[in-house]
Amino acid sequence: MADTLLDIRNLTIEATAYPPGEAPQEITIVNGVSLTLERGKVLGLIGESGAGKSTIGLSPAGYGRGGIRLSGEVWVNGRDILQGSPKALRQLRGKEVCYVAQSAAAAFNPAHTLMEQVIETTLLHGLATRKEAEARAVELFKQLGLPDPENFGSRYPHQVSGGQLQRAMTAMALCPEPDLIIFDEPTTALDVTTQIDVLAAIKHAIKTTGVGALYITHDLAVVAQVADDILVLRQGDKVEMGSAAQIIESPQEPYTQALVSVRSIDHTPKAPTDTPILSVENVSAAYSNSGNNVLDGISMDLSAGQTLAIVGESGSGKSTLARVITGLLPPNKGQVSFQSQPLPGTLGARNKETLRELQMIYQMADVAMNPRHTVETIIGRPLTFYFGLKGKARRARVIELLDEIELGEGFIDRYPAELSGGQKQRVCIARALAAKPKLIICDEVTSALDPLVADGILKLLLRLQAQENVAYLFITHDLATVKAIADSIAVMHRGKVVRYGERDNVLSPPFDDYTQKLLASVPQMKLGWLEEALTTHTA
Amino acid sequence: MSKSLTLLKRMPVTAMVGLLLTFSFLIMAVFAPWLAPYSMSESVGDMWMGPSAEFWLGTDNLGRDLLSRLMYGARTTMTIAALATALAFSIGSVLGILAAVYGGWVDQAISRGVDIVMSIPTLIFALVILSVMPSTMLMLILIMGILDSTRVFRISRAVAVNINVMDFVEAARLRGEGKRWIVFREILPNALTPLVAELGLRFIFAVLFLSSLSFLGLGVQPPEADWGSMVRENRQGIVFGVPAALIPAAAIALLAISVNLVADWILRQTTDLKGGRSG
Repeated sequence: MADTLLDIRNLTIEATAYPPGEAPQEITIVNGVSLTLERGKVLGLIGESGAGKSTIGLSPAGYGRGGIRLSGEVWVNGRDILQGSPKALRQLRGKEVCYVAQSAAAAFNPAHTLMEQVIETTLLHGLATRKEAEARAVELFKQLGLPDPENFGSRYPHQVSGGQLQRAMTAMALCPEPDLIIFDEPTTALDVTTQIDVLAAIKHAIKTTGVGALYITHDLAVVAQVADDILVLRQGDKVEMGSAAQIIESPQEPYTQALVSVRSIDHTPKAPTDTPILSVENVSAAYSNSGNNVLDGISMDLSAGQTLAIVGESGSGKSTLARVITGLLPPNKGQVSFQSQPLPGTLGARNKETLRELQMIYQMADVAMNPRHTVETIIGRPLTFYFGLKGKARRARVIELLDEIELGEGFIDRYPAELSGGQKQRVCIARALAAKPKLIICDEVTSALDPLVADGILKLLLRLQAQENVAYLFITHDLATVKAIADSIAVMHRGKVVRYGERDNVLSPPFDDYTQKLLASVPQMKLGWLEEALTTHTA
Repeated sequence: MSKSLTLLKRMPVTAMVGLLLTFSFLIMAVFAPWLAPYSMSESVGDMWMGPSAEFWLGTDNLGRDLLSRLMYGARTTMTIAALATALAFSIGSVLGILAAVYGGWVDQAISRGVDIVMSIPTLIFALVILSVMPSTMLMLILIMGILDSTRVFRISRAVAVNINVMDFVEAARLRGEGKRWIVFREILPNALTPLVAELGLRFIFAVLFLSSLSFLGLGVQPPEADWGSMVRENRQGIVFGVPAALIPAAAIALLAISVNLVADWILRQTTDLKGGRSG
């Protein structure tokens, strides 16, 4: 037991919810979870949103978000910190236990230099003189592969990129030489090509400093690269705990098996037909009069009843392309054709029939539905608007559509707030479907969802495509999704199409540099992938 | 029904008191002719008599019963204030949401127009107009309503601008919906919460504004009773230690506080923009 760093015994976390207009309810967020972590080891906490992973992750710092009640025991370095006084906790935090947040951009104070913030806790606890701390920070910047480590600290948060900021935050956590670092989804907000660098830097830093770590994430493939052990959580309960190899290669519980085998959709791509339903020719577009083209000479075709996936990092212009096609942003050059007819550039110039045939599904289903409308109004409005359906006929059709999206009649009188994330996205799909469209633009429709729920949505979309012969323009940054559903693929980078063609052609060598990098950066669910990818990366 | 009952049960004491007082003022105003012990304009006693069994609150500078005048005054004050507020909201909220939805030069034109009106102090603006126009009830409502609508415009535009960029409004636009649907069905229901809370505050400002106008002699004209003019008529008495002027002043303050308590509570009840049920 001598080298046990963290020992959580039977941790239960509860809170009271106050739903409007109802009696307060007791909610159990974490239900009697126990875990141990040895000094210098990394434990991955994995689960969907609401699994309680962040709440557990914060407990070794003796911290609970407002209104939370902790019970059980949390032993750090041989002390039960839940019994500790606020003063004892202050001694613990930033000295023995440090925290790396998900959004580094929101966690840094924009008014101070990075160096000031990286060494702040070290100085606060009197662990080193300013000079020593700064020297150590520079050493850490070097270890984490930050550019120009000598002068990096004199910059302000807005002067460095998101990936660099995340690494700076890791340096901040490492600087006081703590025994335990809590990483809370440190790479989730980053692009895949950035994620791989940050992941490698974090792994390297953990190895060289010998710090123990809790690594919280929803991405099993990512955690498999850094963790020694993995704890799978679901709705506050421990599902399975084992070594990374055991969890990935021979998961015991059905839930873990589902997590490991997710994205196993089998889809045989169709060859494009001669007459495309949507044709984008040499389109360029810019916001306002900046003169900077966000889109630069984009061309692509989409055949009826097929799926064209547009892949790229944030800022590659893929959502802007959707705005051009839907008529929200008129192109300044080029032409978009729909069913062999040129599409007017602005929304106002399009007729109702064109609008009906071209529908859109959004990334955030929460804000894509009016919170004051019921599901019946949300799905029923296009029916009234395009087909003049009213009253009983409309309600019957809405129920039909609800059955199509596997929800059923019971949902018809609900408000969006009374639906789960996956259900909301299904209602959005039904709303698009209600218009009987020829083409649906799907803008990152699964990226806000947990993997298993996202899987269900993709399967639904594929089934509906086969049934209704609707074409999808599928915008995503997730290559796994693309492999699962696309017939053709366009890879976008900085407003240009760098690679375009049928799925199997795009995804097989020879690659151009960017596609190569993009493909190599997607975490794979196997041990040692990170090292492999890095060697090919640099080679 | 059971829903509103639980709502009442969970109501804080402050809101309860506010609601109770607001209701009694309302009853006083509606049933003034039946509740008032004397006529509004008839001299029934000596000037500035103290409170007695005969005259509960005493008499005013012309020997009229103060309680009766207070009741009739509640009627005038609250009617004018309520109608002016309603007018301000009808104009302000619709223009505000329209400005947000149209954007561009329409927004610029309306917003700058409102800025110009707002740059002139309201009381002085109203005094200038009222010195040329007759101080009829309709005139007062129109002036107060239009001047107040600039404030409502500001708030509803600010709220609507935020709602206007939400995906569900964009979805409605892509569907080809007209401006009427977007304003009244997509944006207005979601902007209602802050607007309803503002309604309570605006009503109080209207009461205060009307009272100031009446105190300055350009509001409600005698012999019509109104709380502001009652303060004006009896202000001389203060010098002689007669509290007659303080009674309508206290009524103004009490109404302001009680309506505010209710508005606060409504605001707390409906701040949850997510929930559609409680609305």
